[in-house]
Amino acid sequence: MHHHPESLICDLAEIARQIRLDVLEMVYRRKAGHPGGSFSCAEILAALYFHQLKIDPARPDWPARDRFLLSKGHAAAALYSVLARRGFFPLEDLERWGHLGAHLQGHPDRIKTPGVEMSSGFLGHGLSVAVGLVLAQRLKPPHYHTYVLMSDGCMQSGVAWEGALAAAKYRASELTVIMDYNDVQLDGAAHDIMPLEPLVDKWRAFGFTVLEINGHNIRQILEALDTALEIHSMPTVVIAHTTKGKGVSFMENSAKWHGAVPNDEEFALAQAELKGYRV
Amino acid sequence: MSEIPQRQAYGMALAEYGDLNHDVVVLDADVSSSTLTKYFADRHPDRFFNLGVTEASMVDIGAGLALGGAIPFVNTFAALLTLRACEQIRTCVAYAQTNVKLIGGHAGLSDYKDGPTHFATNDVALMRAMPNLVVVAPSDNIEAARMVPAIAEYEGPVYMRISRAAVPDVFDETHTITLGKGVTVRPGGDVTIIGSGSMVGRCVLAAEALAQENISARVLAIHTIKPLDVELIRQAAQETGAIVTAEDHSIIGGLGSAVAEALVGCYPVPIEFVGVWDSFAETGLDTESLMDACGLSVGNIVAAVCRALRRKG
Repeated sequence: MHHHPESLICDLAEIARQIRLDVLEMVYRRKAGHPGGSFSCAEILAALYFHQLKIDPARPDWPARDRFLLSKGHAAAALYSVLARRGFFPLEDLERWGHLGAHLQGHPDRIKTPGVEMSSGFLGHGLSVAVGLVLAQRLKPPHYHTYVLMSDGCMQSGVAWEGALAAAKYRASELTVIMDYNDVQLDGAAHDIMPLEPLVDKWRAFGFTVLEINGHNIRQILEALDTALEIHSMPTVVIAHTTKGKGVSFMENSAKWHGAVPNDEEFALAQAELKGYRV
Repeated sequence: MSEIPQRQAYGMALAEYGDLNHDVVVLDADVSSSTLTKYFADRHPDRFFNLGVTEASMVDIGAGLALGGAIPFVNTFAALLTLRACEQIRTCVAYAQTNVKLIGGHAGLSDYKDGPTHFATNDVALMRAMPNLVVVAPSDNIEAARMVPAIAEYEGPVYMRISRAAVPDVFDETHTITLGKGVTVRPGGDVTIIGSGSMVGRCVLAAEALAQENISARVLAIHTIKPLDVELIRQAAQETGAIVTAEDHSIIGGLGSAVAEALVGCYPVPIEFVGVWDSFAETGLDTESLMDACGLSVGNIVAAVCRALRRKG
């Protein structure tokens, strides 16, 4: 077991709560976005950006920085929130998400937004791109660790499993895949639309060390991320069981809130719930 | 005709350039013995990645390597690369502006024996429609070899198509290339024939045949289809008053379309297209006779010139 003080857990939980409040406000203000899948990964992003990743917001191009790829690009609002709160750009930029001329696109754009490592939007690319980053740092130091956040939707795509083949071939231990397994996608429950189970068996068969956690339990997230760094000669996947829309009662486990915008009443209700929300 | 196929000239140049530029890495999708990236693989095994039949993932891995500071040359047959990995190219290469060099082998009809599944006759159309992507089609082996350092040292994504076959020699060892600049291969005042890739040699033969009829045909070789050398082409339109384009590609969306798009806005003149008309073509016994059968013969170019001249009046 790795030691993570209670104060760290509390701090990260507070950041996750802030991410959800930012996302809610951003989606409400812009009248567009993806609250459900942004809420499901709030603790994961908080743990990565405020603890795990070796990064320096003042030097987004620092060669030795750890790389994080958001393969599930529709959680852009959550990524923008955590990047702003970590200091990559001013918090007030979040207000101009999706405005003409603003640097925050509907889905992440590596050219426009400081701190965004790779453009994403269509699901599934991140794992293969991450393998490329792993191979690159082997050839050309400095070395770094690469993290990629996949969704269940990502893992329905062929290109993601092609990437898994390559990660295994090259024994990409410098790679940690985190899977935000909220089991809800645009059209309904992932287990109905296109089942992924038995998922642990699949990842193991593809040559990964598999860790399973509750993706809203920060202590478990930190423990898994540390454990992954100690596994050599093979890549690790952390299957994070999460709840889509986590934190707002009427959004939880609902496909409707994959890409829906709250009305005034729903916004007020959701904000009130999140303000009182604790993991 | 060159002594070695264009793919071999490319493969050898890539292996040699790998000695000089250690950032170059090469990816292939189980066709390195066909694209001839195997020369690079033999010489630089630590910088060669054979990814099997995972074209989509290969392009994404190439994007990741580029993000990590390498200069990836990503290879497979042009049809597989631009069709199977089209969305990866769009999102992770063109949109993300990663420094990936996409190399489409067996371009056009050059894989005569494998038939329409393997032909690439819309790769230029697809790649040309990708913002940020430079699209090149070297005319001969000299240009194919010169393109390797040129595109490697250009900062940004590139698509290059390479013929499987031997193609006519057009240039000698003194030839130099500049990305984005067309080349006047032969002067002429009556008409301009604009060719790309393996068709440039045929354009020269057509111009020689036309000279016998006292028709003076200028020949331009366009190795960079995007960005197009609009000024050179506008000047040719102004000075000769008629244009014929010739390409080992569909007439929809390729070099001919690019030339027409450019001229319609600055100097419209009669244009005739030589290319594969809207069909999948068919399997043949060799590249040259298949190209002839598909409307790409020297005679087809000459006939197109005559049509253009009649329209010019």
